[in-house]
Amino acid sequence: MASYTTSQFKAGLKILLDGDPYAIVENEFVKPGKGQAFNRVKIRNLRSGRVVERTFKSGDSVEAADVIETEMQYLYTDGEFWHFMKPDSFEQYAAGKTVIGDGAKWLKEQDLCKVTLWNNEPLSIEPPAHVNLAVVETDPGLRGDTSGGGGKPATLETGAVVQVPLFIEEGEVVRVDTRSGAYISRAKE
Amino acid sequence: MHDDWRPSACRKALRQRASILAAIRGFFAERGVLEVDTPCLVGAGATDPNVPSFYVAYDGPGAPPEGRLWLQSSPEHAMKRLLAAGSGAIYQITHAFRAGERGRLHNPEFTLLEWYRLGWDQHALMDEVADLFRYLLGGCTVERLTYTQVFHAHLGVDPLEASRQTLETSAGGLGLGRAALAALDRDGLLDLLLSHRVVPALGSGRLTFVYDFPASQAALARLRPDDPRVAERFELFSNGVELANGYHELTDAVEQRLRFERERAARARLGLPLPDVDARLLAAMEAGLPPCAGVALGLDRLIMHVCGARHIDEVIAFPIERA
Repeated sequence: MASYTTSQFKAGLKILLDGDPYAIVENEFVKPGKGQAFNRVKIRNLRSGRVVERTFKSGDSVEAADVIETEMQYLYTDGEFWHFMKPDSFEQYAAGKTVIGDGAKWLKEQDLCKVTLWNNEPLSIEPPAHVNLAVVETDPGLRGDTSGGGGKPATLETGAVVQVPLFIEEGEVVRVDTRSGAYISRAKE
Repeated sequence: MHDDWRPSACRKALRQRASILAAIRGFFAERGVLEVDTPCLVGAGATDPNVPSFYVAYDGPGAPPEGRLWLQSSPEHAMKRLLAAGSGAIYQITHAFRAGERGRLHNPEFTLLEWYRLGWDQHALMDEVADLFRYLLGGCTVERLTYTQVFHAHLGVDPLEASRQTLETSAGGLGLGRAALAALDRDGLLDLLLSHRVVPALGSGRLTFVYDFPASQAALARLRPDDPRVAERFELFSNGVELANGYHELTDAVEQRLRFERERAARARLGLPLPDVDARLLAAMEAGLPPCAGVALGLDRLIMHVCGARHIDEVIAFPIERA
């Protein structure tokens, strides 16, 4: 099994601790002028997303996690699994509900997502930062209001509900930031 | 990114660096302390197991029989040889090297200001370190606490008397893992607690001297005659950063040889390189090292302190990745 010593630590490195994959968020080298050196790290659990602090004696080694990030095309869901495909090799991967999490509501067929694989199994899915989605349901807009001053909820084709300006009507396509869930603009067709 | 030919420090920081160096030389000139210049390339590597040295293969004229020299981890040995040879009070601004030390406060090649005062003890030298800061910065608040006091204040434990169990309990929550914790010796545990739990809280907006370190961490300091549990060693912290380390120096050659041998034994246990003891330093001490106190101050960190820099790269022209 591959491993890293503390001198290889840097942000982004993927390590295995207590059976879980982690990414190093921050690494600080702590050493008294005379005395034992340590590496104080902030690490993110790639399964739960939680960030915790750990300390390693400098020079110690830790197992590497076989984690890779890759782009895949979202194909479809059968209700239980969400299916993705590597565009270059056509290899398909299925991700369950716990892996997809909240991201499911942004997934539109054909969109390219960032898929993190751990031991060749999907660990997490990141939808595109910006997606264009059609409004399937919203209250009728107020005539003549193009200011965008107010807002109303709109249900999108993937099931996500976002606040949109009053002038947006059913059938229109809007551009949304998936990280904040915020409406950006009308999509330019 | 092919701009790594550029310095990591801005021009303003480099100008400040130059003026601080000039001011330090002025400070010591006013006080009649002699500037000296000893070699970076030395015959004896550091025996301290926590100080990893660089070595340089050399088989040219004047080479030692092993065909190997070391990059100094500090100018301490050479400066003590000068003291033994009758130099009087001396200071030096020099580069020092530690293999593997890199981070926000570390570069493997760094600059030290080191100086020695004859007949002084650690407290007199702390006064002068504070004087230097006042000379460079104007007024500063200074406090002086023992190693035991800072452990009491921040952890509620007595570092000299607490059981190993108590120290391990204090280190719980640092996320070190049981096995890694068990693998640390007592001084390793104390270092862990000091660097993670105590130092971050030291010297906020002031200079905090911590003195009377445990005897097991005496390094090259003498033990306190009236309390041999502690050594007459001090460190200076400001805003959670270690800035200096000083000793009322050990002058006893026999005791010094013993400490070197203990360090070498620890290195052997850890499977680390085994440099010979520095026979020339021991010979100088046998000839007579006058009673003195000495301190090494991390000059890059001092400059960070003056400039308000957060990272060492902001005050050195070319850190290791750009060297």
